[in-house]
Amino acid sequence: MSAVTRHRLLLLLPLAVFLILGGYFALGLTRDPSILPSMLIDKPAPVFALPGLSEGEKGLSNADLTGKVQLINVFASWCAPCRVEHPLLMRLANEQGVTIHAINYKDKPDAAKAFLAQMGNPYTSIGADKDGRVAIDFGVYGVPETYVIDRQGRVRYRHVGPLMPFDVDEKILPMIRELSK
Amino acid sequence: MIPEIGHYALVLALLLAVAQSVMPLVGAARRDVAWMETGRMAAFAQLAAITISFAALMQAHVVSDFSVLNVVNNSHSLKPMLYKVAGVWGNHEGSMLLWVFMLALFGAAVAGFGRNIPPTLKARVLGVQGLIGVGFLLFILVTSNPFARVYPAPFDGNDLNPLLQDPGLAFHPPFLYLGYVGFSVAFSFAVGALIEGRVDPAWGRWVRPWTLVAWTSLTMGIAMGSWWAYYELGWGGWWMWDPVENASLLPWLAGTALLHSAIVVEKRDALKTWTILLAILTFSLSLLGTFLVRSGVLTSVHAFAVDPQRGVAVLGLLILATGGGLLLFALRAHALKIGGLFAPLSREGALVLNNLLLSVSAAVVLIGTLMPLLLDAFGHKISVGAPYYNFITPFLTIPLILVMALGPFMPWKRADLPGVLSRMWVVALLTLLSVMLALWLAGVKPVMALVGIAMAAWAGFGAVWEVAERVKLFRVPLADSLSRARGLPLGAWGTAVAHAGMGIAIAGMVGTTFWLAEDVRVMKLGDKASIAGYELGLDKVEDLNIANYRTEMGHFNVSRDGRQIATLTAERRWYPVAKMQTTEAAIHTTFYSDLYIVLGEENPGGGGWVVRLYHHPLVPWIWIGSLVMVLGGCLSLSDRRLRVGVPSRRAAPVAPALQPAE
Repeated sequence: MSAVTRHRLLLLLPLAVFLILGGYFALGLTRDPSILPSMLIDKPAPVFALPGLSEGEKGLSNADLTGKVQLINVFASWCAPCRVEHPLLMRLANEQGVTIHAINYKDKPDAAKAFLAQMGNPYTSIGADKDGRVAIDFGVYGVPETYVIDRQGRVRYRHVGPLMPFDVDEKILPMIRELSK
Repeated sequence: MIPEIGHYALVLALLLAVAQSVMPLVGAARRDVAWMETGRMAAFAQLAAITISFAALMQAHVVSDFSVLNVVNNSHSLKPMLYKVAGVWGNHEGSMLLWVFMLALFGAAVAGFGRNIPPTLKARVLGVQGLIGVGFLLFILVTSNPFARVYPAPFDGNDLNPLLQDPGLAFHPPFLYLGYVGFSVAFSFAVGALIEGRVDPAWGRWVRPWTLVAWTSLTMGIAMGSWWAYYELGWGGWWMWDPVENASLLPWLAGTALLHSAIVVEKRDALKTWTILLAILTFSLSLLGTFLVRSGVLTSVHAFAVDPQRGVAVLGLLILATGGGLLLFALRAHALKIGGLFAPLSREGALVLNNLLLSVSAAVVLIGTLMPLLLDAFGHKISVGAPYYNFITPFLTIPLILVMALGPFMPWKRADLPGVLSRMWVVALLTLLSVMLALWLAGVKPVMALVGIAMAAWAGFGAVWEVAERVKLFRVPLADSLSRARGLPLGAWGTAVAHAGMGIAIAGMVGTTFWLAEDVRVMKLGDKASIAGYELGLDKVEDLNIANYRTEMGHFNVSRDGRQIATLTAERRWYPVAKMQTTEAAIHTTFYSDLYIVLGEENPGGGGWVVRLYHHPLVPWIWIGSLVMVLGGCLSLSDRRLRVGVPSRRAAPVAPALQPAE
């Protein structure tokens, strides 16, 4: 290949890279991340056992997920939308008496503890998912995410992104009431 | 009636944009002066039409015309007037209208001010600008008509998202858009030059003021957005690496690179192919930002109104504009002549390194932002958050800052590093003193904070000393130095001021990142708390009904060393129509730090309120530094060399050796 052809091929490179990226965008548009159904819907939650935030503290595993309808919230102290939805979780736990478990995603335990000390702790138990392996099993797309788990420990609903008041009023709470019957 | 006039004017603007794109492009190809001239007229007329349309939408919002769907969805009769006006661009349709308004503004500005640009290039620039206008006007008219009516008209509206009901909304988006859209001119110049098949130093000089306007506005817009997030969202952060924030940072990084590489084109007739590519990419990244925000392909705190249908349309525009630009680049860029040569160790070399680092930074942010999207296509699920950016940022910023201070000390073409370093010993000394001061005030840990302060001082003092060196401060009598300072081109002042601003901003970022103090506690009336030497007391909490919200207002008194210095009010607001809660933090700011109070929920158990206290050292410097950078941009922009331009194009390029160095 001569130097001139190589030079001209090099000039084609930006276009090629962009077209590949454009393909991804087109593909991305066909999937809406916020309503992306989980592959786990109506299936049992994946088998997992996570340690607590610090040694000796209780973690989170499948065994905690049966018996009543509950939520799993995936959060991290570095995640901005988590802070947005956190007051809502506090209210769900305190005022509605909903059991909320947490998967603390790729976080430093100290940072997570500071976050909870600061914003309040709505969680019944917290599993520290330091390397994000359990989150992968759940198919976590980004933090925060919230899962509704029924009495048999099956995943019934998945919410991607921060919970907003209308999500809670119109979807999460009715669903919990329905499943608790 | 008035909304219909606005709608009609928008259709008219589309037709004028078609005329603005077709006629000058054809005219330039056929060397037909009359056709080329039509482009100018069309640009003015298009601006007039869009202004009418924009005014019509504003009228509907101001008088709360609830027969217009856009007003119903985003307004409420009780909303304060400022937000009725700002609410025009606080929603998708209105913000797109603002977008095309800015585009037309820039088009008309090129038509009006670009007097010394050769007619064919100017016609082509206007034509490309018109094409972009056609795309976006079509997009608005087809998918997001802001003037759609509802029947029957409801009694009242749904109110604007309360997070947006803030003075920040009035100013943040217009500046941001001025930046995004401003880069369209650089894009049009690049495409125009590719069609012409030539880029010379004059091109660099013409494209630079437009890039500078866009860069300055974008800097302002990003700084305001960050400030807004800091005080409004109530969690005390100033940057969250949210996809939408990243979307504004991407064109800023690329635009900063473009600003610097255009200097090399102008002064040394080199880096031409690269500069053209950067101009195309910078605007593409602006479009990409629009796409990410509007389409909802990524989840974000900013995703206020997303619609996949619109996503498809914006993606189409992105592919046409970027794809078209890059295709033209692939076909024509080889025709650009290679310009002046330079040694790696020279000002050009420093600018190349700057470009390299800025482009890599842009790539890193782009990859981080798009990673969830890219891997999702393979069925992998992963998300990238702050840890990724925090890990990688030092590796890119530290060399960038090192070179930023060094570069202006280097001469063009060839520099000797020992010589340059020996001229910078004062800077090194001042940097060392700053680090020692930080060490004395804050201690040795965290070490990264000291590194950060060193960077900030190196950048800030480097910029100041560069000017001092130029005016031979302390080496000639002071009066001589002053007259030298007056004689310095404004562009040189602009560079120094902008670089110093960067140093100040970095000091702010470092201070608040590493030395933040925070505390959470339950406070009852009369309780005291202390943080970072301040004493706080909660005096009173009252419930009030104001305009379209209810608020719980906590009054705090702040004292230091026994003396009362301020009373602050922190609020928690509830917007019943939008069913949303917001917090209004109370901030006591000194030049060196912020005391930041957030009033939380009422304590369910034993009374009192959850109160969060933060002490942010140096945080005001982030925005002071940004304003200084904006000032630097404005100074550069008022340099008469940019207005006067180059007298005429010479047929044969001048040999580089004969070019003046400055």
